[in-house]
Amino acid sequence: MELILSAGIGALTASGVYLLLRPRTYQVIIGLSLLSYAVNLFIFGMGRLRVNAPPVLEPAGAGDLASYTDPVPQALVLTAIVIGFAMTALFLVVLLASRGFTGTDHVDGREQRHD
Amino acid sequence: MPLPLRGLSGHRLRWSFLGDTPAGTQVPLSNIPNEGNGTIEYAGKLLPIFILAPFAGSLIVIFFPSDQRGATAWFAGAIALVCFLVTAGLYPFVASGGVLRYQLDWIPELGLDFTLRMDGFAWLFSALITAIGVLVVLYARYYMAAEDPVPRFFALFLAFMASMLGVVLSGNLILLAVFWELTSIVSFLLIGYWHHNAHARDGARIALTMTGMGGLCMLVGLLIMGRIVGSYDLDVVLASGDAIRNHPLYLTVLILLLLGALTKSAQFPFHFWLPHAMAAPTPVSAYLHSATMVKAGVFLLARLWPVMAGTEAWFWIVGLAGLTTLLLGAYFAIFQQDLKGLLAYSTISHLGLITVLLSLGSPLAAVAAVFHIVNHATFKASLFMAAGIIDHETGTRDMRRLSGLFHYMPITATLAMVASAAMAGVPLLNGFLSKEMFFAEAIETHLVNALDTMTPYVATVASMFAVTYSLRFIHSVFYGPAPNDLPKKPHEPPRWMRAPVDFLVLACLVVGIIPAQTIGPFLHTAVVSILGERTPQYSLAVWHGWNIPLIMSFVALSGGVGLYFLMRSYLASSVEGPPVFRLLQGQRIFERVLVTLSWKWARSLEQHLGTRRLQPQMCFVVLLALVAGAAPLVLGGFKLPPLLIRGVDPAFALLWVIGIACAVGSAYQAKFHRLASLVLLGGAGLVTCITFVWLSAPDLAVTQLLVEIVTTVLILLGLRWLPKRIKQREDAEDLSFRIRLRRLRDFILAILAGGGMMLIAYTVMTRPLPETIASYFLERAYTEGGGTNVVNVILVDFRGFDTLGEIAVLCIVALTVFALLLRFRPQADSLETPEQQRVQNAFDDDHPDRAAGDSVADYLFVPSVIMRWMFPITGLLAGYLFLRGHDLPGGGFAAGIAMSIGFILQYMSGGTRWVEERLRIHPLRWMSIGLLVAVATGAGSWLFGYPFLTSHAQYVTLPIVGRFPLASAILFDLGVFSLVLGATVLMLIAIAHQSVRAPRAQMRAARAEKEGVR
Repeated sequence: MELILSAGIGALTASGVYLLLRPRTYQVIIGLSLLSYAVNLFIFGMGRLRVNAPPVLEPAGAGDLASYTDPVPQALVLTAIVIGFAMTALFLVVLLASRGFTGTDHVDGREQRHD
Repeated sequence: MPLPLRGLSGHRLRWSFLGDTPAGTQVPLSNIPNEGNGTIEYAGKLLPIFILAPFAGSLIVIFFPSDQRGATAWFAGAIALVCFLVTAGLYPFVASGGVLRYQLDWIPELGLDFTLRMDGFAWLFSALITAIGVLVVLYARYYMAAEDPVPRFFALFLAFMASMLGVVLSGNLILLAVFWELTSIVSFLLIGYWHHNAHARDGARIALTMTGMGGLCMLVGLLIMGRIVGSYDLDVVLASGDAIRNHPLYLTVLILLLLGALTKSAQFPFHFWLPHAMAAPTPVSAYLHSATMVKAGVFLLARLWPVMAGTEAWFWIVGLAGLTTLLLGAYFAIFQQDLKGLLAYSTISHLGLITVLLSLGSPLAAVAAVFHIVNHATFKASLFMAAGIIDHETGTRDMRRLSGLFHYMPITATLAMVASAAMAGVPLLNGFLSKEMFFAEAIETHLVNALDTMTPYVATVASMFAVTYSLRFIHSVFYGPAPNDLPKKPHEPPRWMRAPVDFLVLACLVVGIIPAQTIGPFLHTAVVSILGERTPQYSLAVWHGWNIPLIMSFVALSGGVGLYFLMRSYLASSVEGPPVFRLLQGQRIFERVLVTLSWKWARSLEQHLGTRRLQPQMCFVVLLALVAGAAPLVLGGFKLPPLLIRGVDPAFALLWVIGIACAVGSAYQAKFHRLASLVLLGGAGLVTCITFVWLSAPDLAVTQLLVEIVTTVLILLGLRWLPKRIKQREDAEDLSFRIRLRRLRDFILAILAGGGMMLIAYTVMTRPLPETIASYFLERAYTEGGGTNVVNVILVDFRGFDTLGEIAVLCIVALTVFALLLRFRPQADSLETPEQQRVQNAFDDDHPDRAAGDSVADYLFVPSVIMRWMFPITGLLAGYLFLRGHDLPGGGFAAGIAMSIGFILQYMSGGTRWVEERLRIHPLRWMSIGLLVAVATGAGSWLFGYPFLTSHAQYVTLPIVGRFPLASAILFDLGVFSLVLGATVLMLIAIAHQSVRAPRAQMRAARAEKEGVR
């Protein structure tokens, strides 16, 4: 399990980072999205992988870490997903505005000679 | 001994750990709040008036109509008067050595309290600030011209008074620094009051830069001092003198504090801001630059005198700065042609005198310093006011143009003469007394070194200069031939404009003649509160017999008079500023340093290290992240974990084979096949989502799925506006070596980053989970949060404040998106109808039985009917997700996004126009209501006496719906829901609207073209 998930995280990161370094704004936005999946999964993995562990408490009282999933990374990732969404939206609009103003979708707002 | 300040919550605790500080730091009895005495405690409760009344007054005054000069002045004056009367009323409490205190917890964990503290010294300063404040308000009432915005003046004036009172009354070092900075900021605004005047702006800027930087240094010094002592409480600090003086960081603290005090008090080499600050209205100068603001520096020196003074470093640094300032200030003052310039340099010189007195480290000198602070405030304020009257009634302050005014304004002339005689130190006036004390201290030997030997000579020479410039002030303005080219015909000012001067000059005289009966007791109270048991015997008598100080005074007086008559003809026509030194202007140096630092160096740094291109920057960031990630592993002796293959589920493996393929494919297609890339990205997102389900995180899965949908729709909407990019055949020759090299480099970086993440993730995940805070939440989620879904309880209850911040971020992002798109102008090649629609329209044209637009309208007809009918169901789903949130996966976020999907589906199926004809969505209202509900829920717990965002939980049973948890957190979650819904819909609609706006823009452009042709 761990090996598969970490390979997935690695592949998402590598694809994301490669796209981050590309010259087109659209590539960068896709790269950022891929990277945020990777980071979310990574944070989530910090609570260790549990299959079939109950995430919701019995309405009886206190729970403990042995019989339930770790809620902290989940709460963190939940926040990260929403903020990631906001970031993507903002970046998309900046991208569109930049394309409208400069006439190019290059990340620098102008074409480079060697491209 | 540096003690950690963290974790000290209660006041009691802080006192108890004082026992750990080095021996001999017993807190003097007089400094401990007198618990038994009820009245003194009650009186302490009055202290916040000094801060609240002027600040509140300031806020009220700003709303006065600007033509109501009288009412505004009356109001401001009444506030100042109230403060003065309260000060006067509190005197009996401090007179016997008592200390009034007022304490409010601020951030007790960090040792920060809102402590106000009034002892004799603080009382004396408060009395000065409030009394001169009342007089200056009265004066300003007549000084300010009809066209000046008077409410702004008085609002700033009151704010300044509050800040200054805050400085002198602070019982906590950090609070002191806060008020200190406030005085800098408000004085900036006051100096720049006439902001249409370039001199005023420059003066304000220089003053703020100097005093602001000094204040910053002082803050650092105070922080270190607090560390050394173990508390920021002033009483504790004052009781730990030995610990501070013997600490290895003493010199650092000293220099930092002096940077604050000396810049504020305009001491050499930071003196040059004060003359430039003379561009301020004269009431401001009379208040800030004589009695209050510049006195803050010497106030700090005197306040911390018991703990900081007496060392050699103190003697040298403070003494040297003070003596240089004393001499240079007096010398420069002689050569000023501007009345206020003369007074400014004279102020610098007198502050230098006070600094020298404080540097000596002897209690008697400290007494003289306090005495001179009061005396200087009285005569200098009156002189500034007199200068303002002259300026007001003649239209100029240039001493080369003014002369013979005695005939036109005899009373003002007499008053100014008495005040400048006090400034020169003529017997029977208050300035004489403190100057004599200064001389007496100067000839004493404190430490055997050159500086100490030099002091009496420098003192005499500076005093001689003081006589010269005082005489010049009087003689050149009031005597001589009648003025001939004045802008206005001079006459006496209005009766009440002169009244403050009358009063202050009377004070100079009375104090000068019978000091012991007037100022004596107050001075004594102040001195005792600084010196405590070290208070020396001193006499305030006018006549001490024939002694060396008297001879020094005599030498200074006769020498000064002689010097004036020697230089008179030169001064009458010379240019502004002293010979030689005039070329060396502090301001020039200041400007040059600023230009070098903030422009030249910054520019060259930018040129050499910066780039405007994003790719090298991103490359650098990735490299930095790699290094930062690898360094601790390499340095920490990282060992590869054993390869552990456990619990592999083939389905999970297959899932991630797909996931990895999607990720790589998405990266590969992102340049030429955007839609394919987007679809593949969605595939990777779905795999992530399934992973969450698989690994027992249903909450994440729900949110991820919903966000995935919205993100895809969002990017789909954006695709329309990107340029076409058709893939050309990439032959080997087409790609230059450079590009190949760069791609290879990026590829290697990406592999490194991915490999690193994989390695770290694998290593961490295969290790057992250490004890984390998770248990805390698991134990308390139901018992205290009242919900079984721990993740949701964490978000809306335990960490509700974070969530509040998060939804605020979402709100800001949505508004930014909205604002950016309002100004969006699409590129021309994106304006035309999309290819698909053109094909569809062409099809309509080719078939006579179809009207134009039929294909577009019928496109995806079945799905759009389904989508339309799905709307209520989506709403129901959102409500369901929302209500179960506290106990089961779901919650405000998920519900909000689900609902917004419902709306956007309508847009997709019916088109923007169709939806908006039938449905008015007000995303901005949703957002504002959401934010308000969330904040109000949080604030609601205040009503019950709990901290912000405390939650209350209980179950309710509704018909049909059944039993569901109704914690107050659910109200908060409702706010989250509403805001998320509003923000998402706003963003989506804003982008969707572009396609409606674009044809309009196109039509406008076409029309304009047509008209142009015509």
